[in-house]
Amino acid sequence: MGRALALLIWLLTIGSVALFFAGWWFPPSISEYGPSIDSQFLITIIVVGLAFTAAQVGLGYTLWRYRDNKSVERATYSHGNNRLEIVWTVITAIIFIGLGVMGQRVWARLHFQSAPANAFHIEVVAQQFQWNFHYPGADNKLGSTKPELISDSSLNFIGLDDKDPNSTDDSVVSTLIVPLNRPVELTMRSKDVTHDLWVPQLRIKQDVVPGMNIKLHFTANQVGQYEVACAELCGQLHYKMRANMLVLPENEHAELMAMPQAKFQSRMNELLKKYPLPPGK
Amino acid sequence: MGTTVISTEKTVTRPKGIAKGGRFNGGRTRGTGGRGPGGGGGGGDDGSGHLTPDHRYKIGMWVALASIMMLFTALTSAYIVRSRLGTASDWQPVPIPRMIWLSTSLIILSSATFEAARRFIKRGDDRGYRRWLMATVALGLAFLATQLLAWRELVAQGIYLASNPHSSFFYLLTGVHGLHLLGGILMLGLLLARAWGSRRRDERTSARQRDSVEAVALYWHFMDGLWIYLFLLLFLWR
Amino acid sequence: MAEAETTHGVQGEAHDEAHAGVHRHPAPTNFIRKYIFSIDHKVIGIQYILLALVSVFVGMFLSVLMRLRLTWSEQAWPGLATLFPLGAKGGVMLPEFYLSLVTMHGTMMVFFVLTTAPQGGFGNYFLPIQIGADDMAFPNLNMMSFWVTLLGFLVLVLAIFAEGTGTVAGWFSAKPSGTIGPIGGWTSYPTLSAIGARAGPGQGMGQNLWIISIAIFCVGSLLGALNFITTLINMRCRGMSLMRMPLTCWAWFTTAVLALLAFPVLLGGGILLLLDRVAETSFFIPGGLVVSDTLLTNHKGGSPILWQHLFWFFGHPEVYIAILPGMGATSHILATFARKPVFGYRAMVFAMFGIGLLGFFVWGHHMFMSGMSPYSGMAFSILTLSIGVPSAIKTFNWLGTMWGGKIRFVSPMLYAIGFVSLFVAGGITGLVLGQTSLDLPMHDTYFVLAHFHLVMGVAAIFGMFAGISFWFPKMFGRMMSERLGKLHFWITFTGVYCIFVPMHIMGIVGMPRRYAQFTEYEFLKSLHPLVVFVTIAVIVTAITQLVFLFNFIWSMFKGEKAGDNPWEATSLEWAIPSPPPHDNFAGIPPVVYRGPYEYSVPGAPDDFIMQTEPDPTEAGGSAHGARDSVAGRGTGNGHNGHKH
Repeated sequence: MGRALALLIWLLTIGSVALFFAGWWFPPSISEYGPSIDSQFLITIIVVGLAFTAAQVGLGYTLWRYRDNKSVERATYSHGNNRLEIVWTVITAIIFIGLGVMGQRVWARLHFQSAPANAFHIEVVAQQFQWNFHYPGADNKLGSTKPELISDSSLNFIGLDDKDPNSTDDSVVSTLIVPLNRPVELTMRSKDVTHDLWVPQLRIKQDVVPGMNIKLHFTANQVGQYEVACAELCGQLHYKMRANMLVLPENEHAELMAMPQAKFQSRMNELLKKYPLPPGK
Repeated sequence: MGTTVISTEKTVTRPKGIAKGGRFNGGRTRGTGGRGPGGGGGGGDDGSGHLTPDHRYKIGMWVALASIMMLFTALTSAYIVRSRLGTASDWQPVPIPRMIWLSTSLIILSSATFEAARRFIKRGDDRGYRRWLMATVALGLAFLATQLLAWRELVAQGIYLASNPHSSFFYLLTGVHGLHLLGGILMLGLLLARAWGSRRRDERTSARQRDSVEAVALYWHFMDGLWIYLFLLLFLWR
Repeated sequence: MAEAETTHGVQGEAHDEAHAGVHRHPAPTNFIRKYIFSIDHKVIGIQYILLALVSVFVGMFLSVLMRLRLTWSEQAWPGLATLFPLGAKGGVMLPEFYLSLVTMHGTMMVFFVLTTAPQGGFGNYFLPIQIGADDMAFPNLNMMSFWVTLLGFLVLVLAIFAEGTGTVAGWFSAKPSGTIGPIGGWTSYPTLSAIGARAGPGQGMGQNLWIISIAIFCVGSLLGALNFITTLINMRCRGMSLMRMPLTCWAWFTTAVLALLAFPVLLGGGILLLLDRVAETSFFIPGGLVVSDTLLTNHKGGSPILWQHLFWFFGHPEVYIAILPGMGATSHILATFARKPVFGYRAMVFAMFGIGLLGFFVWGHHMFMSGMSPYSGMAFSILTLSIGVPSAIKTFNWLGTMWGGKIRFVSPMLYAIGFVSLFVAGGITGLVLGQTSLDLPMHDTYFVLAHFHLVMGVAAIFGMFAGISFWFPKMFGRMMSERLGKLHFWITFTGVYCIFVPMHIMGIVGMPRRYAQFTEYEFLKSLHPLVVFVTIAVIVTAITQLVFLFNFIWSMFKGEKAGDNPWEATSLEWAIPSPPPHDNFAGIPPVVYRGPYEYSVPGAPDDFIMQTEPDPTEAGGSAHGARDSVAGRGTGNGHNGHKH
């Protein structure tokens, strides 16, 4: 029985580790955070994998070797070993806390550095079950919004104030459009419940909380179309709260952003066709 | 083998001393083996077969107070966080209802009467004990009544539970405290019932009674202190 | 809550005088007092276990439905429409029905399984016995805590049926009533959970009942925790010093302390949330919300994050409330069947306390993405990773306990070994999730799901399997079937690896939690084979649980008769008959002479020495060792503890 269990544990360990080599992994990264998150993840998962394997192999070995062999000899009588306790406590503390400290780097870059001065600003307004992205238009100024003015039925999803001169050229669409290689700053809020903006390729995620304006900045470095998901339970159709993200070359982006509201949508649709979403396997 | 069933005979050994490490422990044990049955400190042999004297009501009360304290700590932290969030138009501290001064004096007084009751029971004076206990119950009820009047005072000014976050917290904290105090009054009632109920009393039951009086005293003083704390929180941190 | 203690005191007084502390309450004679409203800790323990058994099978059934919905989203399932006329109209599960399954599965499992059985069940039954007490310190309070918990369970079940017609009363009408419970998840984040029915189906009365159920549960758990702590502090028998308690007792004690300090915070949060819902206060609801195109005018200034802080201040200790009793049982069982003393007993105790203490300072790691201050995030991250250290210490000590042993592979031991394996597998990925940067891609994906299901769900359940099969002979006087136990172990152990390891991969690819289906996203399509594989593993594993249920019920009546000490174990519960008499020790409080894990002591006649066995040095210095002293002890003469 001891041998069978040892074999099963080893088999499950091999199977579990093998699955991590089966080809499923992060989608390719397209932001400045990607490479460091990916390498930190790789280091951590290697440490985790080694520790997991060592513990399971050791467990199996113990079961194999110390199974009751019906001999008259008794088990070793020992209440422990303080030196061993200290050794393994110190070693694990160094590894674990070391990983924790290493894991702060990207976090610090994301949260403690403010967006560069040339960042392109987008206002994000989340609602059940739709993303609204508010672009400043040709004047590069975001018009003001008021909750009282919100009316989904008349398609004013974010309550844009028409009386504000900055608003007149603004566009609100459900596609996140960002320029290539230029920093972008999102200011995010929610109309109703907590949502979470997430683009797997950017490797970042941020809750969008009612009553708060949360900022997030990144630079996309790969042209194309990507998917935006909601990663915080927001109700009935949470699984459908999907948007597209379009990373455009600087010139196409500038051209689109300068367009008046009337033409914005159709031009955007053309671009969505031009840079199609790669189909899933 | 391995059938060391507890004997049903009445003669139980209760060794008092400390024997040295058992011979089977081979000197390699640290703490978990060895030593005789007295390990863990002397302890009163009160005939219960327990290592420690029976103070379950008092210990239980301390434990209960720890959890009540956590409840109010949680509400306090919510109060403080919420007070920082609010804009001027949002967070509007309620005026101190005049009744609050009266209720505060009543509850402080009730602690004093309880102490008097405790002094009488220590002296073995049951009549005095009962009298002061009843005074405490009366003061407790009067406190609850004045708290209700304080609520009425605010309602008369048009300040309700949902009027603004400070009023929400005012009603909530006074309400939760009031419920706990009501529990205290029930406990006092039980003490009273017991004081009347049992005439015959041996050493063991009076030890039980002392333990429960101690426990209820703890609770009552805690409720008193808690009220003063809430008073300061609600009317100084605004 | 303290009223009941006093009540008991009043009742207890009469016979205290008569029996002078031998029986504190007489054995009940009628059925109701004996099995229903019993104040016997053993009956209450079994009641808790049965409650957990019911909830675990309901919860598991819900999870199978969830997998079916995820894998074959549009499929109509025969019979489902009859069971859930609204949620599965025509047999096809609606997305909101899926979310209510998520909510109910989580709530039932976390509260009514993981918190009741290991602590309220086994703890209630065995803590008093293992410390040599005749009952809990407050038996009436103990009964109350079970009935309060049961009430909480019933209210939770009502929450499923509350929606659709608006009120619970609608359930009794002829109209097909609602069968969609609250959809906010077991975390019930506001504002989704705070703004009422307009937030979505199930968020009206169902959500109210959910909060009330949890509040009731908090009260029940607090009463239990109070009782556990007092009992352990005040009711230990002579010789039972703290460092001689079995590790199970330490685990139950630490768990009770965590429950005592964590549940009031959830209770406070629950009150605030309920007030926001029914009394229009604004603790968690900010102003200017527009829900379903309607501007909410009666709220302003609240913060949804405040709830998250209150909830997770409770929620993280809750994880340890679920797992610590399993750790205790595992340590106990590993030592018993490896025939070795627990390796590093003191280190185990301190590690347990370390986990408990640190557990109160890491709640923020659930909130890295919540908009909380990023500085707090960093502090929480470092604290979170340091909580891995005591967990690793425990693992090393478990291996150390078995190393050099003579391992007997009976089913309780298999489950305990399974616990160690699964605890490692699930716990170790905490190293990934505890890092702020890595939580950016991993937060709220299946990686998290896999992590906590393995470590606090499945590992804890294995702790329960181990506990049930280990203590079954003591509780019911019969052995469980070893053959069925092994069959169940092999399939379940393999099954849970097959279920949860692939979920890590899904998380890395980016599959978000709480999605009713995965058809909307291109980047998730490649995962389809894994999704199907997991679902098949779930179905096989779930069916296997019926083997366990059958074994449990069958063995209760038909199992082989068990002796007093079938496992040749050392702690006090094995020194009394199976099942134990009404007041455990037949009125004779036991006396303890040694630590709880004296296995394979060199020179001793057997490979175990029970805690009740007097030291031979005391028993008249007999050179023949323990056996003589057993005989000598019965007559109770000679060794009054004077040194020889």
